[in-house]
Amino acid sequence: MAEEGPFTDISGKPISLECQNYTPFCREFTVSSPKVSLLKVMGYTCSVWLLAYAVFFLTENTTVLSSAIMVTLVGMILHIHFVKVDQETLLIIGSLGIQLSSLYASGRESTTFIEMSKIKDIVINEAIYMQSIIYYLCILIKDPSEPDGVASVVPLFQSSKPRLNCLVRVYKSCQEIIAQSR
Amino acid sequence: MVLKIFFPKCCNTADSGLLVGRWIPGQDSAVVLAVIHYPFIPGQVKKYLTQMRSQTKVDLTVLGSWSMPKDGQEGMDSFLKDLSTIFPHSRWLQLSRESGKRAFTCRVVQENGKPAAKKDGDDNDDDDDKDKIIFVHYDQRKVMLSQLHPVQEQKGSEEESTELRTMFQTVAQSEPLFFHDMYDEGALKLTHWQSEGREASIIVELVKQASVPVCIVLTWLLSVWHWLCSFRIFHVWPVQFISSKLSTCVQTGYRTDHFQTVFSTRKATTHMEFMRKANIFVSFLVDIALGLLLISWLYRENRISQLANTLVPAADHVAKELQELLEWLMGAPAGLKMNRALDQVLGRFFLYHIHLWISYIRLMSPFIEMILWYVGLTACLGLTFALSVLSDIVALLTFHIYCFYVYGARLYYLKIYGLSSLWRLFRGKKWNVLRQRVDSCSYDLDQLFIGTLLFTILLFLLPTTALYYLVFTLLRLVVVMFQGLIHLSVDFINSFPLFAMGLRLCRPYRVAEGVKFQVLSEEPGTPLHLRMEINPLKFSSVLQCYRTPTYSCYPKDSWVALCKKLFIGELVYPWRQKSTKTD
Repeated sequence: MAEEGPFTDISGKPISLECQNYTPFCREFTVSSPKVSLLKVMGYTCSVWLLAYAVFFLTENTTVLSSAIMVTLVGMILHIHFVKVDQETLLIIGSLGIQLSSLYASGRESTTFIEMSKIKDIVINEAIYMQSIIYYLCILIKDPSEPDGVASVVPLFQSSKPRLNCLVRVYKSCQEIIAQSR
Repeated sequence: MVLKIFFPKCCNTADSGLLVGRWIPGQDSAVVLAVIHYPFIPGQVKKYLTQMRSQTKVDLTVLGSWSMPKDGQEGMDSFLKDLSTIFPHSRWLQLSRESGKRAFTCRVVQENGKPAAKKDGDDNDDDDDKDKIIFVHYDQRKVMLSQLHPVQEQKGSEEESTELRTMFQTVAQSEPLFFHDMYDEGALKLTHWQSEGREASIIVELVKQASVPVCIVLTWLLSVWHWLCSFRIFHVWPVQFISSKLSTCVQTGYRTDHFQTVFSTRKATTHMEFMRKANIFVSFLVDIALGLLLISWLYRENRISQLANTLVPAADHVAKELQELLEWLMGAPAGLKMNRALDQVLGRFFLYHIHLWISYIRLMSPFIEMILWYVGLTACLGLTFALSVLSDIVALLTFHIYCFYVYGARLYYLKIYGLSSLWRLFRGKKWNVLRQRVDSCSYDLDQLFIGTLLFTILLFLLPTTALYYLVFTLLRLVVVMFQGLIHLSVDFINSFPLFAMGLRLCRPYRVAEGVKFQVLSEEPGTPLHLRMEINPLKFSSVLQCYRTPTYSCYPKDSWVALCKKLFIGELVYPWRQKSTKTD
């Protein structure tokens, strides 16, 4: 599979895509986000602590300092456990279903599996995000009451937000498998 | 088409034999439930399967053969191939595994003897039939015990069940199949999850046996209680009215309902019924434990007498504060000039009430300690009871504030009503009751004169009444909010599904939201092997799904409606209890 240059996300940061082909009908795509930058962490910590020192200088109360430390620690823990996504994986198994999983920076993994009988199609959609228009890959879920309708849309790779070249690669592979299982 | 075979992990190392399971209708998949080992008599296998089919209501069949050749068993392969003629089948699976290799090989044979898909490196006419088999390895015990959410209770929706749901149901319903295993003395030797080690707990079995007579006794006690409650004296109107207002009685009725659910001798048939029973039972036990804890804290070091000794001075203090408040209102509160006469009348009226109240408290003060002591004992019925009793005591102690609020509100309401009617007269209009609208009307001169006079009087007396109304409404709202907090906590204790939460923490596979797949590293040229694990439900979904329905307290009116009612002077009951339970 020819590489079309390094992949980036919508804000220009470099991401990486890994495709693994287990069998002709089972493929796995992993998109890795850039790691937490040390400079940013240091910047936030320093600003919080400078603020705490300023307040301490004014009020002479030492609990301000200890609470600032606690706040920084708790904030970092919450960030890496709930917010920072390291990798997003899409595992597509023909005639069984599609599995989406997100790996957080603390090691927590959250997985969802959608059965093939519920999936109508995988498409690339456009969306207006803040001031720009972005492309995103999504799964259309069938509506049980309406044979041609779409009950809901599940967007993929929401944290890493890759650009169109990466999405097209994933889209083409998935369409091959979905076409087989129809 | 891709053929999916769900294979239990416990049979990975089983000896050669026959595969027993079920073909999932409508899908190209099979669930393997057990392996029957040699030696066996085909007639006995067929008889056993028929028996199992009627017991489990699952159409079990022989799916194929499994061969894991050990040393000295090379002749097995041909023997296995002949077996397909003995058992009726539409497709026959021939799975085999070499010891030392991790992957399986599989051949599928159709009924007419021709192979439907061959799995080896030979050149074939249909190239795309190769590699079209998926093995999904599942943990049989966990799948058997787990329940997929959202729970579908209807039996008749077979065609709407997805493949995974059907597979879970198949394994769960095949429990009688797992009673005999290869170590039993019997005609057939099977391998399934029980072969890894028999599991049973003596305590659980004893509790199950003991629970039946206990339930019978408790149901009888409940029926006696119901008979007592059905006496006519309890249905006379004043008693019924009071008991509907006291939250203790409401809580008692509610708990009785609970007990009826839990202690009924009928076994729970569906999953939701079982979970509800278990949740109620565990909540009740925790409630009692917390109540006993409260009692042990309350009754040592003479806390009751301390409490009683502080109660009368506290009531005195509240009364004194109220008196000061009234004196302040009777003067020039916040610089406003009040109408002297009305002020004095209202102030004295309320002061007399407070005086009555204080005398009543002083009369009761020698008995307070004894009353508190006995009332505190009711906490052994549960923490919710203690909280309900506290809420009732607060309501009784602040009864005078409630009375003041009602007086002030009624007075204010009458004044507003009169003012609005006389304002219409002032403008020459009238309220048409028949048409429910404002019509113009010509009044006589003396009607107009008296009307205008009264209007002026009422208008200038409005600030005084409004101020009294405002003060007492605020006091009443403070009390109502405190009672509301207590009710909220009682409601929380009642409805929190402790058993479901505990299950999610300790046995997460029993409450399943879905499944997770992991690709097992395989050798090239072998079918795809996946490991299926159970994805447990999120905690918030557990709470939402298993909340016991309660008479939850909720604000009856929205904020806008509440403000409007307060402005007009209508009596406000902000917390309203639902009379019917909703799910």
